[in-house]
Order: sequence, then structure tokens, then C-alpha cells
Amino acid sequence: MGYYLLRRILLFIPTLLGITLITFVLMQALPGDPVQGMAGERASAETIARIRSELGQDRPLPLQFIGYLKLLATGELGRSYYTNRKISDDLLQKFPNTFRLALAAMLFASIFGIALGTLAAVKRGTGWDRLIAFVTVGGISIPVFWLGLTLMLVFSLYLRVLPPSGMGNGRIEYLVLPAITLGTFSLSYIARVTRSAMLESLSLPYISAARAKGLTETKVVLKHALKNSLIPIVTLIGLDLGSYLNGAVLTETIFGWDGLGRYALDGILKRDYPVIMGVVLFGAVVFVTINLLVDLSYHMLDPRVRIKRGD
Amino acid sequence: MPKRATALLNELRSNVPAMTAAVMLVFLLLTAVIGPWLVSSDPLFMDLEHVKEPPSMAHWLGTDSTGRDILSRTVSGARISLAVGIIASVLSLGIGICFGLIAGYFGGNIDALLSQIFDIFLAFPSLILAIGISAVMPPGLVSAMLAITLVGWSGFARLVRGITLTLREQVYVEASRAIGASSGRILYRHILPNALPLILVAGSLRVGGFILLEAALSFLGLGVQPPTPTWGSMISLNRAYISSAPWMVIFPGLAISITVISFNTLGDFLRDKLEPK
Repeated sequence: MGYYLLRRILLFIPTLLGITLITFVLMQALPGDPVQGMAGERASAETIARIRSELGQDRPLPLQFIGYLKLLATGELGRSYYTNRKISDDLLQKFPNTFRLALAAMLFASIFGIALGTLAAVKRGTGWDRLIAFVTVGGISIPVFWLGLTLMLVFSLYLRVLPPSGMGNGRIEYLVLPAITLGTFSLSYIARVTRSAMLESLSLPYISAARAKGLTETKVVLKHALKNSLIPIVTLIGLDLGSYLNGAVLTETIFGWDGLGRYALDGILKRDYPVIMGVVLFGAVVFVTINLLVDLSYHMLDPRVRIKRGD
Repeated sequence: MPKRATALLNELRSNVPAMTAAVMLVFLLLTAVIGPWLVSSDPLFMDLEHVKEPPSMAHWLGTDSTGRDILSRTVSGARISLAVGIIASVLSLGIGICFGLIAGYFGGNIDALLSQIFDIFLAFPSLILAIGISAVMPPGLVSAMLAITLVGWSGFARLVRGITLTLREQVYVEASRAIGASSGRILYRHILPNALPLILVAGSLRVGGFILLEAALSFLGLGVQPPTPTWGSMISLNRAYISSAPWMVIFPGLAISITVISFNTLGDFLRDKLEPK
């Protein structure tokens, strides 16, 4: 186990280096010159050259890349070209907001996704099953930003029961619409995977055994079938959490949520290289870490999974 | 194969949701190809005497803040969405199939290196990568397609690699190798045809996602540029009027949703029929 963990952590390094390299190359290809943008239209050639050398942008590209890696090695991500604030400070300030949103979305998606998927499996072939199938196909097909705007229209502008946007100093009612918007996509996936995993579990002999010994149907479904269907579901929940950063870009833009997604979009639109590098790296680290945690959680959920030495 | 295709068509006819989706997609394709000639008004014509009009007989889906007809804009947006979605799928399938076959068939160090590259691309938050790529190039049709392709190919590559790994151990591949067939011939004549159904299923399930990604890029202003209407940019341009003129936002969004639902429903059907249980 210790060996496996070590090997997985060592495999992080080439992945992160690759991501850093791709992002770095991408940055260099961005049109428009951030230095020109910072200095303004009328800046003299000397001023621009001075800023360029201050930022280390006058060095050859490989050296710039190595310089960036050295910076990373010290646990820093550099400073924003525009605000001159440390990227790591910005990330730490915005991450909790995105995390809170993602967590709420995940809770919503997991609870309703597993419930709908279980219901569809138990009522297989009935109208319920078909209705849930339709709703969940809709959930993975509706654009996130349009769903957000439509929810806002209905609940904030017509019914006036929820605030349209903003973070409301952490009040819970401000979290409801963004969390539903962000969570609907993964809710639908969770429901679909739960349904097929449950159908498989329900067809296995131990379910007949559980029924034969006189357990109530609720107990058979929840305690025996659902518990044994959890592995694919947990994988999906874990993998989805990593991809919430995508949905967060759109959800946060629509609801005026001050998190990483909007921070990333701002950085990209302003060509603020260190910000883009910082968010992408941060997102990738979170994603890879979650993958590892998902793998490890198999152990807790399924004692049959034993990682062989050197596997 | 034709026999199998006929059987598939027969099954499609008896499956109501999949059949509806197929009819819907044919309708959408026709709309994209000939629709712009059928709608009466020019999608770019600004009729300043009829701005923000709700749906009526003259303008079935209403008009936007500059008096442009939403119906004709939605119809002409179908072209962009379908073109980007389908072309990006074909491109990323092509790249994914090539690298996946090579990694899965040759194995060893080549596989280790390529798999590492697939994983790196898969570890990127896809929308952020796509935004980054579309920001690199002047925004437009080509940049959106390339961005989506670069995001999409690695998933296909990993899938094809997995399929190839199992197929190359099959007896017929070994037999072919024994009579001296080259690697290229084995890949092209034996492995690819047998992998194709699964690859097509994966492809059909991803077109919808690619269309959503194109819509998101357009919504963020990084797709095809105004004045050319796209569904994503129509929503983003009209967002400010959502309370006074919601139809300007609702209809383009419905168009995206119906298109993607159709692709996903048909993809689900193909997966149920073609994937071995």
C-alpha cells in the first residue's frame, strides 16, 4: 500500500511538468503583448524594455521556463501582471468560494442523482424509468450557462424566492441557484451510472438470498444492492469534482461568484500569464489528487480490491 | 455489415426515443443546410422599428434588441453549431484513433510515453484548456474547432488504446502476423474494423458534448464572432434583457438543448446495441 501510494505520487511529477510545459507554450503563443498592455499605449520603448527585463521576459524561452520551474519549487506562483498581487494569495482567497460552491453542487448531485438512479432501477421499464431517463439525458444536454439564466429568470425574476446573483456574504439562499446550475450535469451522470450499477447488483444471487430470508424490499435495495453499487458511483463523483472547475467558469460568470473560475477567465481575457499558469496548475493538481483519492477509496468500499506489490 | 446496418435500422424504428432523436437530427441537418433559404428575413437585418418584439405571426420567435429576427438567427446558428460539433468530432477521432492504435499495438516504451501524454491532456480542466487555445488564436470558426479537437482527442486515444490492447491478442491477429502481414496492414485490416463499432459509439456520445463546448466558447466571446449569429453568442448578447425579453435567451438555448439531447439519445441507443454486454 505504501509502495503503491509512493509510486502514484511520483507519477504526479511528469504529469505536472507536462501540464506546466503545455501551459507555458500556450502562453507564449498568446497574441497581444501583456507588457504593452501594462505600460499603456504611449509608453516609450525604454519603459517597455525596463518592464520586460523586470519580468524576466527578455530572456530566452527555455531560461524563462526554467525560471518558472524554480519559482514553483519554492512554492510560489509569481505575481499578477495587473494587480501585482501574489497568485498564491489570490488562489487561497478564491479557492474557498469555489470549493463551497462545488461542495454544495456535489451534495445536491450525489443525493438526488443516487436517489433518481435507484428509483429508475427499482422501477425498471415503467413510466418512472422512462421519465428519469428523459430528465437525465436533458441534464447532460442543457448548456450550463443557459440553465443558470433560466433558473434565474424563473426563481429570481418571476417567483422572487431566491436572489439572482452575488454571494450575499455566505448566506445559504445565495448558494442555491449556482449549486443547482453547477450540479445538474453531474446529477444526471450519477443517476445514469447508479441505475446501471443497481440493475447489475439487483440481478445477483445474494439479492435473491436476502429476499428469501425475508428482508423488506427497502432493506434489500438500500442495504444490499446500493451498498454494493457504490464503487462506480464514487468514482464518478470523485472524477466529476475535479471537472467542476469547468462548470465553475460559466456558473461563476453568470452568478457573479468570486471564485477560481471567474478568476481564470479574467486572467485569460487579460492575458495575465502568471494567473493563467497558476489556475491551470492548481486545477490540474486538484484533479490528479482527487483521482488518487478515488483510487484509495476503493479500498474502503471493496475489501476485494487489494493492490498487488509492483502493480 | 449491410445486414447488421439493416438490423440496426429496424431496431431504431421500434425504439421511440431514439427514432424521435434521429428524425430530429435529420431535421436539424436539413435546417442547417437549406434553412437559411427558407426563412424569410435576413438574420443580420436590423429592423429598428420592431425591436424586442415578443413572438408573433411576423416574427415567430420574436426579435432582439436591434430588431433582428430570432428565428432566422437561430436557423443560421444551426450551421455553426453542427459544423463545429461534427468536424471537431471527426478530427479528434482521427487523431485519437492514430495515437491510440500505435500506443495499444506497439506497447512498451511507446505506449508508456503516449499514455503519459494522454493523461496530461486529460488532466487539464477541458474548458480552461479550450479557452486558452481559443485565446491564442484570433477567435473564430477555426480556433473553436481546433480548441475542441485538442481537448477531445486524448479521451478517444485512451479508449482506442484500450480496445487495441485486447484486440491484438486475438487469434486472427496472431494468424495474420504469422503469415507475414506488416504492422500497418494488421492495424488497418484487422484491428481497426473490429474496433470501429465501439469507436463510433464513443464518437456519437461525444458530439453533443462538443456542441456544448462550442456554445460555451461562443457564450464567453471566444467562438465565431459577431455579427455571424451562433446560439452561444445570441444568449450572451441578449443576457442583459432576460427579464424584459426572455424569448431572446430562451429560444437559442432550447435549440442547443434539443440538438444535444438528440445526439445523446441516439448515442445511448447505439451504445446499447453495439457495445458487447
